[in-house]
Amino acid sequence: MRLEILNHGYGPGTKLLFALIRLFSRHPVPDAARLVFYRPDFYGTRAKAFTHEAMRGPSAWSVGDRELMAAYVSEVNGTAFCIGAHTATASQAYQDPPRVAAVLADLETAPVAEPLRATLRMLGTLTREGKVSVEDMRAVLAADATPEQVRDALAVCAAFNTTDRLADAFGFELLSPEGYEAGARYLLKRGYQ
Amino acid sequence: MPDEDRKRAAHRALVDRLLHGDGKASAQDRARAFHNNGLTPPLDALIAKVADSPTQVSAADLAAAKASGRTEDQLFELVVCAAVGRSTRLYEAGLTALAEAMLKEGPGNAT
Repeated sequence: MRLEILNHGYGPGTKLLFALIRLFSRHPVPDAARLVFYRPDFYGTRAKAFTHEAMRGPSAWSVGDRELMAAYVSEVNGTAFCIGAHTATASQAYQDPPRVAAVLADLETAPVAEPLRATLRMLGTLTREGKVSVEDMRAVLAADATPEQVRDALAVCAAFNTTDRLADAFGFELLSPEGYEAGARYLLKRGYQ
Repeated sequence: MPDEDRKRAAHRALVDRLLHGDGKASAQDRARAFHNNGLTPPLDALIAKVADSPTQVSAADLAAAKASGRTEDQLFELVVCAAVGRSTRLYEAGLTALAEAMLKEGPGNAT
């Protein structure tokens, strides 16, 4: 990463943990995971709590749907690390990689239900333009997404607009396809906490 | 606590910590980074990129900010504040639009 403190500024316990993860997973610890261990009282502890609540807390959206939202927001932002991570996680969650690829290639023709399509469209507008109109939001409700689903999707959007920015600003190193798959298995098993 | 309140409460806890807890950067600078407003060069350019065009951030932007006397810990904090600040504005804009859409859809308010 672009700040040396994020590469080397960890205590002995955390360094040991990173070594154990590397040993057992046979993959380096992803920068997204390393970041939340740096001075966790400043950012990591509360960021993990919010992200876990958004991604794994109670919701009418499935885990796969929310991982797809994370991948889609990251695609709109052009954040390569997070596109890779959440494409892999959504694909594993759905057990349907072509579906995820289709959404990222062309949302309008992808094989997803209308409430999800309309919600993703709105998240794309919000992420791209920094705002969303009342008419945009009414279109999501008219597509039968509930207000609770919209709120849940906005929480996912907030979490990943943060993570995407940190990935790009700090320069998260991209993973191999096997690294993303291993990370996805971890996120589906343990979540973000 | 309703599920949605738990999400918002967790988000608020993060924002409150960044802006009002201890830090290596001053609380005033953390607030400026969060709002992407009021910082001086070259830090203002780095923070604006984090908020508005994060894929454009380069190692040179961080190096310039360091050369101006900021420590890495201060930059870590200010970049985090800028990222969370932007996503907080998106979250709030979305929730506001939703509330207005629901008002207009409510009984007696049909258009």
